[in-house]
Formats: sequence, C-alpha cells, structure tokens
Amino acid sequence: MSNLLEIKNLYALAGEKEILKGLNLTIKKGETHVIMGPNGAGKSTLLNTILSNPSYTKTSGEVIFDGKNITNLKTDEIARQGIFMSFQSPEEIPGISVFNFIKTAKGKMQEDPVDYFEFKEEVAKNMAELNMPNEMQKRDLNVGFSGGEKKKNEILQMLELSPKLAMLDETDSGLDVDAIKTVSKGIDLYKNNENALLIITHSTKILEHLKVDYVHILIDGKIVYTGDGSLSTTIEKEGYAKFKEKQHG
Amino acid sequence: MAKTKLEELSTNIYNFKNPDKYEYKMAKGLSRDIVEEISKKKNEPKWMLDIRLKALDEYEKLSLPTWGPDLSELNMDEISTYVRPKTDMKENWEDVPDEIKNTFEKLGIPQAERKYLAGVGAQYDSEVVYHSIKGELLKKGVIYTDFDSAVRDYPELVKEYFTKCVPLNEHKFIALHYAVWSGGSFVYIPKGVKLEMPLQSYFRLNSPESGQFEHTLIIVDEGASLHFIEGCSAPKYNKVNLHAGCVELFVKDNGYLRYSTIENWSKNMLNLNTKKAICEQGAQVDWVSGSFGSKISMLYPMSILKGDNSKTEYTGISFAGQGQNLDTGFKVVHVGKNTSSLVSSRSISKNGGVATYRSLVKILPSATNSKCSVNCDGLMLDSISKSDTLPVNDIQTDDVEFSHEAKVGKISEKAIFYLMSRGLSEDDAKAMIVRGFANPVSKELPLEYAVEMNRLINLELEGAIG
Repeated sequence: MSNLLEIKNLYALAGEKEILKGLNLTIKKGETHVIMGPNGAGKSTLLNTILSNPSYTKTSGEVIFDGKNITNLKTDEIARQGIFMSFQSPEEIPGISVFNFIKTAKGKMQEDPVDYFEFKEEVAKNMAELNMPNEMQKRDLNVGFSGGEKKKNEILQMLELSPKLAMLDETDSGLDVDAIKTVSKGIDLYKNNENALLIITHSTKILEHLKVDYVHILIDGKIVYTGDGSLSTTIEKEGYAKFKEKQHG
Repeated sequence: MAKTKLEELSTNIYNFKNPDKYEYKMAKGLSRDIVEEISKKKNEPKWMLDIRLKALDEYEKLSLPTWGPDLSELNMDEISTYVRPKTDMKENWEDVPDEIKNTFEKLGIPQAERKYLAGVGAQYDSEVVYHSIKGELLKKGVIYTDFDSAVRDYPELVKEYFTKCVPLNEHKFIALHYAVWSGGSFVYIPKGVKLEMPLQSYFRLNSPESGQFEHTLIIVDEGASLHFIEGCSAPKYNKVNLHAGCVELFVKDNGYLRYSTIENWSKNMLNLNTKKAICEQGAQVDWVSGSFGSKISMLYPMSILKGDNSKTEYTGISFAGQGQNLDTGFKVVHVGKNTSSLVSSRSISKNGGVATYRSLVKILPSATNSKCSVNCDGLMLDSISKSDTLPVNDIQTDDVEFSHEAKVGKISEKAIFYLMSRGLSEDDAKAMIVRGFANPVSKELPLEYAVEMNRLINLELEGAIG
C-alpha cells in the first residue's frame, strides 16, 4: 500500500522557539494513527506545521502527501490536496452561516459546482447523525457555540469535505460522555479504506470504537516510541514517565 | 436572476465618464451674483431666493469645522455650483437623452424600477432628469417629485417644512447647501398610506470640478409608512468634486420611515452631507447606510426623538481604502418619554484608509424611561490602516437604560488560517470575514442592494490584499 503522508526529519519553530526536532511519521491509506504526548511536546505544532500555519516555520525536512511534496505549499493549497484539521478551538466567524461556509469550502475542494439541493440534503442528514439541531446550519459559524457544538461542527465539516487525511486536534477534550459518543460516531462515518486519520488525544475514550493501528509517543519534538492500539491504555494508566526517562537516558 | 445580473456587471461600472456636456455650467466660485443666477435660471419665487441669500450670509460668517478630517484642499473658487444637463425633466424614460439614459441603464436604475420600486428619481449633475411614480400611488395622494417642481407646485408644503428640520446655519456646509441647492426629491405620504415597495432616488455627478447640492425632503404623515432608497456615484476626476446635500425627514405620529443609502462616490469627492429626522409620537425612523466611496466623508445622520414612544435604529457600514478618510457616525437626541435608539456601526479600513466612527447620544431630562444601545466595531485589514471610535454621550437623566460597546481590531490571522484550512485562498478568506462583518448591514437591505453591497466590498478588496 502506498504512503499517504510521509513526514521526513521535520524541524519547525513556533514563533522563535524550536518545537519539532527531527520528526518522522508515515501514514498509509486506511490507517488510523494516534499521537499522545505530554503538554508542550509539539502535538498541535505538528498538525499546524503540516498545514503551513504562518505562525509556524518549517526549518528543515519534508512533508510528502499522496506522492506530492507539499512542504512549501500554502494552507489552502494543502487543504485542497485533501488534508483536513479539526481545530481544538475553532474560530468564530460572525455574519457567515454554517451552511454557506461549508458550501463555499466544498466548492473549493471540487471542480464541479456544488449541487445546492443535494448538498442541502446531505448536510441535513449528517447533522442528524451528529445530533445537531437542523437550525444550527443557519447560525453564524461557531459564534456562541458551546465547546461541544464547535467540535461537532468540525466533524460535520470533515464529513462534508471528505478529505483523504483528517487530523483531529484534541477533538474530544472538554466533551461530555454523550458528545464523545456522537463525535466517535461521526469519525466512524468518515473512515474507510481509502482515507486515513491522525488523532491527537489525551484520553482513550474517543478511541474505544475505533480500530487504531498505531499509537505514537511524541516527546520534545520527536516521536520516541510507536506501539499498537493497546499502548493508549497503558499511557492512560502509567503516564509518560518511562518514555521521558528513556529519552534522557 | 436579478442577482446574477448584478454580479456580472463590469467592475468599472461606476467610473465611466460622459463628456462634460451641459446646457449651462455656472462659473466657478461662490458669490451673490452666482446665487442670484441659479435662482433666476430656476425661475424661483422670491421667498426661495431670500432663503438662498440668507444662507450665503451665514456661509460667509461660519468657519470650517475644527475637528475631523482636514478640508483645506476644498477651494470653493474651483467649484462650479450649478451644472444644468442638456435636458429638462422627463416622466417617460424613453424621452431622456441617450447619453444620460445609458448612464442610468448602466447603473441598473430603470431595471430596478420595473422590478421592485414604487417610484424612481434620477438626478444628473444639478438637475433631476427623470421622475416617475406608479399611478395607483398618485391616486392615494402620494407626492414624489423633484424638489424644483415641488417649489413650484406645492409652495405651501415646501414653505412649511423647508429648513425646519435642518436649519440653514447649523454648520458651514449646510449654509452652502441652502445657498446653491438644486435638485433632489420631495416626498409626501398621506395619513395611513403604507407603501409596500420602496421609492428610490439616484444621484449621479458627471461634471468635473463641480458640486452637487440636492435637497431631499420627506414627510411621512400619521400612521403612514415608506422605505426610501438613495444611491449616489460619480466617475473619478483628478480634481476635487463636492457633494453637500441635505436630507430633511419628518415622521408624524406612528409613522414609519426607513431611509437606506448606498453611497459610492468617486475617490476625488468631498462628501459633506447632512441628514436629519424628526420623529413625532410613536414614530420610527430607521437608517441604513453604506459608505464606500469619496475621498473625505463627514456624514452623521441624526434622529430627534421628539415624541413620546418614538424610536430609531441606525445600521451603518463604511469601508475606507487607500487615500480615503471616512468620518461617519450617528447622532440621536432623546426628548420624549419612553424613546429608544439602537445603533450598530461597522467600519473597515485597508491600505492606509482611515475609518472613524463619531457619534453623539444626548438624552434630555424629559426623556424618562428611555433606552439607548450603541454598538460599534472597527476592522483593520492591515497595520497601516486606521479605525477609531469617538463617541460622545450626554445623558441628563438617571431614568434610562444606556449601553455602549466599542471594539476596534485587526483582522484575525487565526480566523484567516481557519478559513484557509478549508480550502479558501487568503483573499477569499479575508473577503469572507469582511462580508460577514458587514452582514448586519447587508441583511437590512433589500436583496438586490445587499448583493450590490457585497459586490462593492469585493471590489474594494480586489487587488488590495495579498
């Protein structure tokens, strides 16, 4: 199976500070990867760097996506290649409705114009799956949304844009049990053998219904250990102490 | 379909110039002779000439405002105050001369009339060239005509109201206006008559180094209601043009008036316009204002809430680009009991433009149990542009609910990144944020005008970002 995402020896700064220090990661189609690591290790930085967030600077290394070098592409170009990120705290955009926003975004992802009626139906269906009240599509994007509503709205966008790679940045944090279930359901709806997931999380709750292929431990800007799906449970019990020791020892 | 059509219009529709042809163009400058000459050309009654001459005296006594944008480049000796187009007023669109007709065709005026207006007025330079109103409204006693005709046909009504809302010595440019006014619309809506479709007057200034001084006077009688739309534009010249119009609005007991303006003057225009409304008991006036053009604007519509239970809302947006200084805002005076005002203002600046929101809220001791809420937001698209809010609040009674919120900020990099992560280019992302920011205003406009406003925003953003 061909590699979907290949990160080779990536170094990056957040502002002036070096956060990623030679990170390597390969994701194949159909796989689900989880990255865990202590606060400040560089997890969010990694996702933002992949997407060329202008607040972060790649200093060396390469990002290859679907056979194409995307290291120096702009955020929107990368998005149009098929990489999606679910934001930890999505921005509020007053005056732009959820519906119009997603429709515009979808229009950017495909060559054909978006069929209004088809799209409308699809949004309604996906919103129902995510327990989102239908009138939410008329509300201004993320404005006054609760934490849970924002996260569901991110998942809704993921379903609508159907990227090749979806990166979830702590999508489960701050959610109650029911909301986590709903988000998991959304992830399940998205996932198939042709796409891939990269999930950053601190807890195992969101992973319960997923078949996780790899769990990576990210410490101090590098992946220091990779295990199978069971590793997340170990981490939840024991923390990162032994990996930190390993790195320093 | 109307929507598509508007979007397809060329980006330069406002900027086409016709040759400076006219029947008569007044010598530049301002003097007693010139004022008398204008009055004579118009065959005016003496009482109107007397008002003009009195205003000229006031103009000479008054000094330039010491606050706000610098107006030193305005030299009245370089401005022609009266330019009569080569036609008299027509009531049939077909009779309007081709060149002028084509101008308004390009601006979409007659199409709009056919589709969703109850009446239309079109002014070219100093004179109204076309005025029409649907027949059934005439039968109901509605008057909608150009101001010069009103002086001739309804002198008693004009005398009763003219200068009674905006006095001729209120400031220097209103004195100038009254001295040389020409054109504009006169509207009377009889008691209880509610117009379902708007009336629209469009003002086009084609002649270089000239001024437009139209006078709009609207009387909405008891229990009547009207939506009036005003549009303005001009091609760009190298030298200064001046617009000093005046709008006087009288809304009687329980009447309703919505006054919407989309202004896209060219960027050599000094727009020093005065607009005021007096609301009687239970009356309401709502202002919707989009300011895009002009080099300098000083524009502060005002509502006087004279009657008990009267209300006003102001929703305004201004967009200042390179070389523009837009000083706009709203003034309200609460006089009656239980009066309420709601103000929502948005200003956008880019490429070194300056957008200032300047406001006055005055609540008199008599205005007990009144409410006023002001919300103004400034958005700067880069670090060389300026947005500012300068509110003055003068609250003279404790028995009021008053709130004031002002926010000024730069366009959020995080928001741009968020939208770009969904495949929108940087320009598209910024345009979407600006459109969203402007939405409180566009949603107050009829659909066709909202589309037009979004198109103006896109025009302003084009090439300016990146």
